[in-house]
Amino acid sequence: MSNELVPTDNSVAPQHAPRATDINPASEKRAEQQIAILFGLSGVGSVLLIYSYIFLAKDVFIFIPIMGNQNAQQLGIGIGMAMSLFFIGIAAIHWAKTLMPDKEIVNQRHEFRSSDEDREELIKTVKEGVAGVQLGRRKLIKRSLGAAIGLFALPPVLLLRDLGPLPKKQLETTNWKAGTRLLTDPGNRPILASDLEVGAVVQVLPAVEHEDERPLSDIAKDPVLLIRLRPQDFQLTPEKFAMTHEGIIAFSKICSHMGCAVALYEQQTKHLLCPCHQSTFDVTRGAKVIFGPAARPLPQLDITVDAEGYLVARAPFNEAVGPSFWERNSQ
Amino acid sequence: MTSTEKAVGNVANFVDERLGAAGWVKKSLNKVFPDHWSFMLGEVCMYSFVILLLSGTFLTFWFDPSQRDVIYNGVYEPLKGLKMSAAYASTLDISFEVRGGLLMRQIHHWAANIFMAAIVAHLLRVFFTGAFRKPREFNWILGILLLTLGLVEGLFGYSLPDDLLSGTGLRITSAIIQAIPVVGTYISFFLFGGAFPGVGFIPRIFTLHILLIPGIFLAVITIHVMLVWYQKHTQFPGVGRTETNVVGHPILPVYMAKAGGFFFVVFGITAFLAAVASINPIWLYGPYTPGQISAGSQPDWYMGWLDGLVRMAPPLETHAFGHTISWNILIPAVIVPGIVFTGMALYPFIESWITGDKREHHLLDRPRNVPNRTALGVMSVTFVMISLINGGNDILATNFDLSINQIMWFSRVGIFVLPPLAFVITKRLCLSLQRADRELLLHGAETGRLLRLPHGEFVEVHAPISPEKAFLLQSHEQMAPLEIEDIDARGVRRPGAIKNKIQRRLSKAHAVSVPKVTEQELKEIEHH
Repeated sequence: MSNELVPTDNSVAPQHAPRATDINPASEKRAEQQIAILFGLSGVGSVLLIYSYIFLAKDVFIFIPIMGNQNAQQLGIGIGMAMSLFFIGIAAIHWAKTLMPDKEIVNQRHEFRSSDEDREELIKTVKEGVAGVQLGRRKLIKRSLGAAIGLFALPPVLLLRDLGPLPKKQLETTNWKAGTRLLTDPGNRPILASDLEVGAVVQVLPAVEHEDERPLSDIAKDPVLLIRLRPQDFQLTPEKFAMTHEGIIAFSKICSHMGCAVALYEQQTKHLLCPCHQSTFDVTRGAKVIFGPAARPLPQLDITVDAEGYLVARAPFNEAVGPSFWERNSQ
Repeated sequence: MTSTEKAVGNVANFVDERLGAAGWVKKSLNKVFPDHWSFMLGEVCMYSFVILLLSGTFLTFWFDPSQRDVIYNGVYEPLKGLKMSAAYASTLDISFEVRGGLLMRQIHHWAANIFMAAIVAHLLRVFFTGAFRKPREFNWILGILLLTLGLVEGLFGYSLPDDLLSGTGLRITSAIIQAIPVVGTYISFFLFGGAFPGVGFIPRIFTLHILLIPGIFLAVITIHVMLVWYQKHTQFPGVGRTETNVVGHPILPVYMAKAGGFFFVVFGITAFLAAVASINPIWLYGPYTPGQISAGSQPDWYMGWLDGLVRMAPPLETHAFGHTISWNILIPAVIVPGIVFTGMALYPFIESWITGDKREHHLLDRPRNVPNRTALGVMSVTFVMISLINGGNDILATNFDLSINQIMWFSRVGIFVLPPLAFVITKRLCLSLQRADRELLLHGAETGRLLRLPHGEFVEVHAPISPEKAFLLQSHEQMAPLEIEDIDARGVRRPGAIKNKIQRRLSKAHAVSVPKVTEQELKEIEHH
């Protein structure tokens, strides 16, 4: 590459063109005034903020095109704050660009690598220091130190143990037991099979002792969707069909993918769609996954009616509801 | 001497007699910062971090980070009498009852978005101009660390109000944790303080969000900026700029005035956005309950690409020996991001291994002059963009009347096909731009003036380009592939033949470029 054109000489020095403010006193004066006006606008913003904070009522709304109804106080405080900050900044930059010296200067760089002497001396110092510790000779100290540090690492981990309870069987169980009534959510009313017309969708929760004080961790696994179709619409295995009641089928509402509520039901196609990741389940085929990332159908709840005709669970879920986890037996 | 000068002198004397700082400060005030608009991006990151600290501190004065149940009795009518967490209720109070509270919430959220956007833009600038090369690899890694921390900090931040949208996000977070083999269930129960949603997560992430992570941020940002200071900023090539100097304005007064002013500008724009543009209106979502969800649930954009990857994952799970492994969660939410972030952190070392270049670099590359790197960058951006598009597939489907299934399939195929395509196209574009530069040097710029020659031919008049421009176009290095021999000088086969082969091939691909104009060629042109 000997004949490569390398413009080594930087002799084509950049021309330093003077600014209008450098040569014309009038534009210098103008720039000064502009900067003062900008600082002034900042002051106006601060006053607007103070005025809005103190004198505007909290519940006054004003209509602004495009933005719609806006809370006047929040808007006043916000615009005031924006102005008071923005114009200080613009003024400072304008000042720097028009009036402060604009001559570029040059600094030199230096290679970061230390000199060879420094490096050698450092190595020597470190070697001497390490030798002074005598770890090589004092085997007993070395081993006991290792053991102590090893043991010392355990307590910090152990101290975090009380962050939460052990999982036990909590992920595998729900409040659905044989004979548990299905209660509407919201409302906590039991449901007669005849209450549901074909095409109806109802969200239900299990009857428990204190229905008004369900912990959220129960609501994270108990919700069930009831859907009534015509019995001939189903394409189910005999045992899954036996879990339905007069065309009413019950699925866990908690997505088998990541646990979102599978809340979108399409009447026409009889598909359930999870709004989080679009896993789509076909109700007629036992909530089989027909699209999206979910790998398992929604667990089906075995339902029937009790002596009074109210819908109840015939048995608990026969698998864990919600997202997968390591201990889940999915076979 | 005026009285002001005297006062300043007294203070300076007082400080210097105790700290001996005059020498260092004098040197620092004359320190030069090169000027280029893209160097502002890092500044935007830093300034929005300061805005986040200020607005966040304001919010902590009223926010109650507790999952304790309360009955809402505030001024917002639609939610009156509803059971909700104290965290959600106090966020409503900040929005409706604290004067300027909603503004501060919106400043905080907008600033977080600007922070993340500026980090990404800054990262792209550093990547495409090769500013990460030796000696700045440490700072590149710190930058990747800040980006990763930012993602976590952002997720925690928008989860704190405990509204229906953020709770859904936490549900997904807990599912990702649960999917980790062997220990996932335990980690999830410990983090949440029990089965999801537990009782402990909001107060715990509050502590992490306002104390631990900002502390780490502050430390890492300080080191990041100190390294920029110590190693001096890179500069774009140009007349008078070399690998051994740095040309620009001194700290005092110009740089300080501009940078200081710019902080106020960034803050002002953030405040303006917060004043006029609603962001995260949590009162519309309602309190979190796991049994409900709103359609169109979306994370903030910087998490959106990860959600998009999760959405497009195939329905894969392994069921064996009484255990379940969710590949549909692990691959998109753990393995792919792990590869992406590790790959980013290691990239400076990978490139230096490919090029064999171990020298210091202080002059930036024009992206076209390193086609392979630029193409790799565009390829990565394409990957993230397709993921992000898929992360909003429901929104796209409803707004543009498209089929969600088709968008999903487009993404599933596109994620494999489009990034390589982007690579090839970008590389060709870079080479074309290099050729254009070469043309410009050899024949000058097109003037648009046509000339009719005596024999009737029309030619366009080309004007020579300025010496500054000519210098810029020729200032880069001609890249050449590494020469790695499998057999050394004594005819002995070297170890690591496969490694050599990979390195040779990568090096060859990396060095593809248009030859620079030679003296010879320039002379020949002049003779015409």
